[in-house]
Amino acid sequence: MISEAYLPIAPEATGWKLPSSRKVAIVCLILTETSLFSIFVAGYVFYIGKSLTGPTPREVLDLPVLATIFLLSSSVTIVLAERAFNRDRVGLFKLCWFATIVLAGLFLTMTAVEWRKLIYHDGLTISTNLFGTTFYSLVGLHASHVIVGMCLLLLVFVFSLGGFVTIMHRERLQMISWYWHFVDAVWVVVLTVVYVIGR
Amino acid sequence: MASQEISQEITITPAGALGSSLVDRLHGLVITVDHKKLGLMYIGTALMFLVIAGLMAISIRLQLAIPVNTFLEPDVFNRFFTMHGTSMVFLVGMPLIAGLGNYLVPLMVGARDMAFPRMNAFGYWMFLFGGLLLYFSYLGAPGLAGHGSAPDVGWFAYAPLTGRAFSRGTSTDYWILSLLLTSVGSTVSAINVIVTAITLRCPGMNLMRMPLLVWLMLVTNFMILLALPALSAAQMMLLIDRYLGGHFFDTQAGGSAVIWQHFFWIFGHPEVYILIIPAFACVSEIVPVFSRKPIFGYPVMVGATAMIGLISVSVWAHHMFSVGMTSVGNTFFAISTFMVAVPTGIKIFNWLGTMYGGRIRFDLPMLFCIAFLFQFLIAGLTGMMLGVAPLNWQLTDSYFVVAHFHYTLVGGFLFGMFAGFYYWYPKAVGRLLDHRLGLCHFWLFVIGFHVCFDTMHFPGLLGMPRRIFTYDAGRGWETLNLVTTLGALCQAVAILLLVINIVRSARKGKLAGNDPWDAWTLEWTTSSPPPEYNFATPPIVRSRRPLWDLKHPEDPDWKYE
Amino acid sequence: MRWWAALKNPEMVLSMLSHNKRVQNDLNPAANPWRTQAPPKRLRWRPQLSFAASVVVIAWLVHPAFGNPAQVTNLFQPLSQPAQEIKEVSLLVLAICAAIFLIVVGLLVYAIVRFRHRPGDEASEPPQVYGSNQIELAWTVLPILIVFVLILVTSRTIADIQNRKPPPGAVQATVVGHQWWWEIRYPELGIVTANELHVPASTGNSRQPTFLKLQSADVAHSFWVPQLAGKTDLIPNRENRMWIEPTNPGIYLGNCAEYCGTQHARMLIRVVVQSPDEFDRWVRDQQQATSPATNAAEGRKAFLANSCINCHTIRGTSARGKFGPDLTHLMSRETLAAGVVPNTADNLRLWVRDPQKIKVGCLMPNMQMTDQEVDQLVAYLETLK
Repeated sequence: MISEAYLPIAPEATGWKLPSSRKVAIVCLILTETSLFSIFVAGYVFYIGKSLTGPTPREVLDLPVLATIFLLSSSVTIVLAERAFNRDRVGLFKLCWFATIVLAGLFLTMTAVEWRKLIYHDGLTISTNLFGTTFYSLVGLHASHVIVGMCLLLLVFVFSLGGFVTIMHRERLQMISWYWHFVDAVWVVVLTVVYVIGR
Repeated sequence: MASQEISQEITITPAGALGSSLVDRLHGLVITVDHKKLGLMYIGTALMFLVIAGLMAISIRLQLAIPVNTFLEPDVFNRFFTMHGTSMVFLVGMPLIAGLGNYLVPLMVGARDMAFPRMNAFGYWMFLFGGLLLYFSYLGAPGLAGHGSAPDVGWFAYAPLTGRAFSRGTSTDYWILSLLLTSVGSTVSAINVIVTAITLRCPGMNLMRMPLLVWLMLVTNFMILLALPALSAAQMMLLIDRYLGGHFFDTQAGGSAVIWQHFFWIFGHPEVYILIIPAFACVSEIVPVFSRKPIFGYPVMVGATAMIGLISVSVWAHHMFSVGMTSVGNTFFAISTFMVAVPTGIKIFNWLGTMYGGRIRFDLPMLFCIAFLFQFLIAGLTGMMLGVAPLNWQLTDSYFVVAHFHYTLVGGFLFGMFAGFYYWYPKAVGRLLDHRLGLCHFWLFVIGFHVCFDTMHFPGLLGMPRRIFTYDAGRGWETLNLVTTLGALCQAVAILLLVINIVRSARKGKLAGNDPWDAWTLEWTTSSPPPEYNFATPPIVRSRRPLWDLKHPEDPDWKYE
Repeated sequence: MRWWAALKNPEMVLSMLSHNKRVQNDLNPAANPWRTQAPPKRLRWRPQLSFAASVVVIAWLVHPAFGNPAQVTNLFQPLSQPAQEIKEVSLLVLAICAAIFLIVVGLLVYAIVRFRHRPGDEASEPPQVYGSNQIELAWTVLPILIVFVLILVTSRTIADIQNRKPPPGAVQATVVGHQWWWEIRYPELGIVTANELHVPASTGNSRQPTFLKLQSADVAHSFWVPQLAGKTDLIPNRENRMWIEPTNPGIYLGNCAEYCGTQHARMLIRVVVQSPDEFDRWVRDQQQATSPATNAAEGRKAFLANSCINCHTIRGTSARGKFGPDLTHLMSRETLAAGVVPNTADNLRLWVRDPQKIKVGCLMPNMQMTDQEVDQLVAYLETLK
């Protein structure tokens, strides 16, 4: 009866516009990651104060002010980088993008320093008590997301040094920056739960 | 052209296809990023696991056919029901959904492929490796006795039975890792389907003109994105417990065994709806076509599905009425469980409303849909009984519950899938499934199903708990169990007929043509099987039933929508 | 294995299919004594054969007086308070569900029959109806009303059962789940026993509920005696509570209802409901420590010298192990290994020789004792009345 796809043109067909696939995909990814973090946060909150032995968060945790400043300002630098890219100012873009990577690296270093102190000085490992288990899991899960994000940033940076990043990649850069903002937002939640409420 | 030929040769059982050499065809499967091939690969693999896990079910039933049977050792039995449950949910249910979504969503929205074809292939291979890893545990997991052994902790793997202290060896690790892999696959495929449905619709197809199947797939895949991470997170915690000495579920160190149950069911209950909604989707496409009427109350159907999705995230603890929650907690979860009955009821009534006033043709897809309606109604009602928390204290973890969820998953999900299978097989293969064999499959399966699962409710009412490998005579369970086993065997024969039908019809079936059912959605405009690019020119639609408009230019739908 | 043997022995096939215990027992009682069943105590009715059994079961639901066999744990024949209340609610729910079922199936059948495709219909399509707001509103409101009724009934029953406070003088017992047996303690009475929970019956004038604390020593278990109450889980690092108030003396069977490992199937519980006088007598008997055995001194010595004492307690001796069941009054219990075999001298001997043959996977190892040691040990154990 019908041999080939042929359907009359509808009036709405002209100017038919749909959202970008990449954007929808990255929103979905963020959604599912949020769900993953929620469970870890729920686990952390559930076990606050339930450890049978020390050390307790109050004894060993300090508010990571510096690390927080580093990570949150990296969200600013990546916005600046994007803006520079959109205005075709390649040099400024590279600078801001690099600054973002450095700030992320500083954040990870601060975490490493904190963990070193917790492990060697306070004797808190992942198997010490419930606090250790939930703390390293949640903060570690976040840190691993920072590492993934940093790898993406580095990749873009290396390509941009070779001059391979062009206006074609604008949306891709935007997606990386969305992901990066998400990682930052998660840090705010982790900070609140672990270092403010949990202490 | 060569690749296009392959796409036409591909059937559910690649071995049955003719043409180029086996190696070429296998190579074609490995490198493909075509959503139709991947969809069929998902479905074919799911059918393979269905047969394996089905054989396990048969063994379980043989063991329980008579009291104090020694057909299976206790450990073998425990592994069988664990592997049966895990496989049926993760290696049959989930890939069937993914396959259905992969194959149909691009065709139905008039797209040429999925949004991310390579990611799509990645998802399939993750799922396949996950499934193979799970079964590799039979060879590779040194159990306590030193020989290979599969996981034996039950498909919901309650802590602390899964902890190092009670589950030595690596069988539980196989369970964790293989499911993490399949979860990656499912997540990727879910994102892909969602993005395809949202961003690749053909001109004119706004959200309220999408076929219901696409809507329901959208909801299901959103639920996958939200629910699956709960399982993955819990499994990561369990891995931390088992390998890094963590204490998440270590009751000796103050950990909670109950929180595993919460995490698991936060995933597990939406999972049930994740499975049943695609069955709804098939029924919602098939019932209108065979009743010759549009679906009754399309916007309400969409709304009801979204409601089911929303409510389903707040009912998880109705699996846990017996863990000793407070009376307030129990009441809350009982109430939210009843609430699900409202949108579900709406859906059943709307299907009936669609049939009412139609001219119902009883082809095989419709027969399966009618059986689905009947069985899903019963499953819903027993589900409501289980929502009554006090009654649940009696019935949970008994054979009544086993019967209830098999009613949902076999009588509901599988019947819906079979309906879809008979409906879209001609589209995918180009030939119709044999009607006589199909009828035999249908009736044998319906009879076997009812003999098996209707009967299975009663041992539960007589106090038979689930997951026991043996029972003593004299408690009134013997005859009922024997009858249940006979019903299971009957279903096995029916599945055998289905497999024969699939293989035979792929070569000898009646040619289908583009539109064998006189249907209304876009996939029927293209050839059967569709070319690799699906549509020569992107279609343009003006209503929910583009082919109706085309076939009835004097009375098109778009005038009324 | 058994099937293979059965092929060669037609009589055995018969026994397998008929489920007639007598045939099974007569066949070869010596070869596998652990397969024999406890003689049915008050088994007046045995479901035999035929598909019609399910019809009979339905008859039970409607007609609880149909029979009261001791071993058939029909939850529609409750003989204790929470189970009774649950049954009443469930009958109401069942009635609602049945009504919905009949209505919807009626509509379905009507639609199928009335609107089936008839020859000659090919030419035209039926009227295309897209929906109706009024009708859809109606079938949204109707389920909401039903749900409302269910919510009221359910929440009332939940509160009623869960918020019950123990009256003064109620018996308090603690049930601890182990892989795969039940430890039962009466802290106030100083009794520790296993696998058999003795409780007094509630009589008309003196109500005598028993309140249980539920704990677990290893993994999650669940306490389920259908004729007395719904199930409640025993979860490590958590204490659950439940109560029962049985009215009729007798033995009530139950199972562990949460999968707990290899021998989950054979973790049976018996609740022995006794008249208050009998219960008091039982308490007095249990409270006594064992007296030094006179004619089983060798067995006693063997028990204390072996590693039996690492796991088992016998009050009045140096055996104070905690992992296994308390054996102080072993012979007062009806079964061995949590309801797997009747507690007879023969079974006891087989059990002591190699527990793995009777309950494979259980945590009691084969102690590699000589026949003589086993005989002595069993002679001693038999004095633990």
